[in-house]
Amino acid sequence: MTRLVVSRLMQSVVVLLAMSVVVYGLMGLMPGDPIDLMIASDPHLSPLEAARLKALYGLDKPWTERYLRWLGQVMQGEFGYSRLYAKPVGTAMAPALANTVLLMLTALGVALAVALPLGILAAAKAGRWIDGAINLLAFASVSVPTFWLGLMLILLFAVALGWLPAGGVDSLSGGERLRHLVLPAATLAMAGLGQFARHMRAALLGEAAADYVRTARAKGCGPLRVLLRHQLRNALLPVTTILALELGGLFSGALITETVFAWPGMGRLIFEAVMGNDFNLALSGLLLATAMTLVGSILADLAYAGLDPRVRLG
Amino acid sequence: MRALPAFGAVLLALLSAVALAGPLLGLDAEAVDLMARYAPPSSEHPLGTDELGRDVLARLLAGGRVSLAVAAATALVAAALGTVIGLVAGAVGGRVDAVLMRLTDGVMALPLLPLLIVLAALDWTKLGVPVEALNSEAFAVGRLVAIIALVGWTTVARLVRAAALSVKARDYVRAAVAVGVGPVRIMRRHILPNVASPLLVATTLSVGNIILVESALSFLGLGVRAPLASWGNMLTGAMDVAVSAPQLALWPGLAIFLTVLAFNLVGDGLQRALDPRG
Repeated sequence: MTRLVVSRLMQSVVVLLAMSVVVYGLMGLMPGDPIDLMIASDPHLSPLEAARLKALYGLDKPWTERYLRWLGQVMQGEFGYSRLYAKPVGTAMAPALANTVLLMLTALGVALAVALPLGILAAAKAGRWIDGAINLLAFASVSVPTFWLGLMLILLFAVALGWLPAGGVDSLSGGERLRHLVLPAATLAMAGLGQFARHMRAALLGEAAADYVRTARAKGCGPLRVLLRHQLRNALLPVTTILALELGGLFSGALITETVFAWPGMGRLIFEAVMGNDFNLALSGLLLATAMTLVGSILADLAYAGLDPRVRLG
Repeated sequence: MRALPAFGAVLLALLSAVALAGPLLGLDAEAVDLMARYAPPSSEHPLGTDELGRDVLARLLAGGRVSLAVAAATALVAAALGTVIGLVAGAVGGRVDAVLMRLTDGVMALPLLPLLIVLAALDWTKLGVPVEALNSEAFAVGRLVAIIALVGWTTVARLVRAAALSVKARDYVRAAVAVGVGPVRIMRRHILPNVASPLLVATTLSVGNIILVESALSFLGLGVRAPLASWGNMLTGAMDVAVSAPQLALWPGLAIFLTVLAFNLVGDGLQRALDPRG
């Protein structure tokens, strides 16, 4: 077990390093140049001063050297300064992280609360019309473009009915913030519930042929009781794995939804940083998102081993 | 339940027929008429006009052709890439397999949408691509296909590798190796036919996702760019005027939704038909 975790962590570090090289290289190919931007914001800057600035930021060095310098600073917990927010990267990222976690956990919670009962119902009535209807709903959920779903919800609930605000949470607190949470969370939940419902149903039906199910039925246990008391416990295993993998996509998964609803989370932060030439912020944001995905996949393995005594890892 | 894949197939056939028949209707998707902006539906413009007075129906059909072509091309390129990587990993084995599979795991762990945004926003003049080539429609569409395929091959690679590993150990393949059949011929004649059906299922299911990704990128202004229409970039314009002209936002999104739904239903039907265990 410990060996597995250690080897998976090492592997993750390699992926992260490779990703940092690739992203660092790619950022150099983005339109614009940090010094050009400074010149644009201050036209009086002379070429001599510009060259001095380039040297000051190390931009006259080859990019391998710059990368190693950047990596060394990151290792010391120094992520640099965000150009867009005029703050250290960590300070700029902290509120976005909190907003994304709030949004994603709410959406995941709602999606699970709706999807798991639907999946159980579909499995209990497998082959009947209600199963077909839930299946179609699940397919609709995984097929809908989130930005359009969000837009339609805005048009219905914010514009036509005027019940809820269309977006943004800047400088809000408490109840008002929760009202702003409803539409983006509903969008993400609706787009996410399909796969949970499908996995729940498939996992339950996958258990249906097991010996212990036949034994329980032979002892006179009713079909619903077998489903809920015997099959469900085993069927929750693969669903937990999917959930852990979902958690990994937490920071980047909501990018589109956050953009549509002007929700100041990590996805929107990364998007704005990339588009706004904010190298330090974009790099750190992308690497954090990658790290989260890697942690999610390790968690998925651990959850599997932790919940199922038959699984021995390592 | 059994009716759903058939429903998907009919939907898909209808959508492609309508999109392909678009040019026959003689509608111009790029004709701007500033005197007729936001016109309501009429006999001349069945779905009205957009913010530049362009015919919404014409753009919807043209956008459908672009979206479907980009998705089909991307799915094929990604499947080809995944097949080659999976075949080599499974057939050669050893260190090559280990390296390729770690690469696959690594790509799977990447945050896709942010990475695609970085790739789509790259300044290609810094790589020596001339500006004229950059602005051509062919380059823009080709770039979109390339970057989505670059991150979309992993599922196919794993499938093909698994199939290659299981087939490699069978007696008839070992017999073929024993009589001196070369590795390329083994792959082509013995391994590829065995992965054909999972490959078909995975590719069909991937088309839906690719349409979603393409439309999201186009929506953000990083995919198919105006004046070329795509369902995603039609929504960008519609979003700004969603309050005053909500009908503009309805159609392109509905088209994306129905197309992706159709591909997913057909893919799921194929999976159940081709895999007796499923």
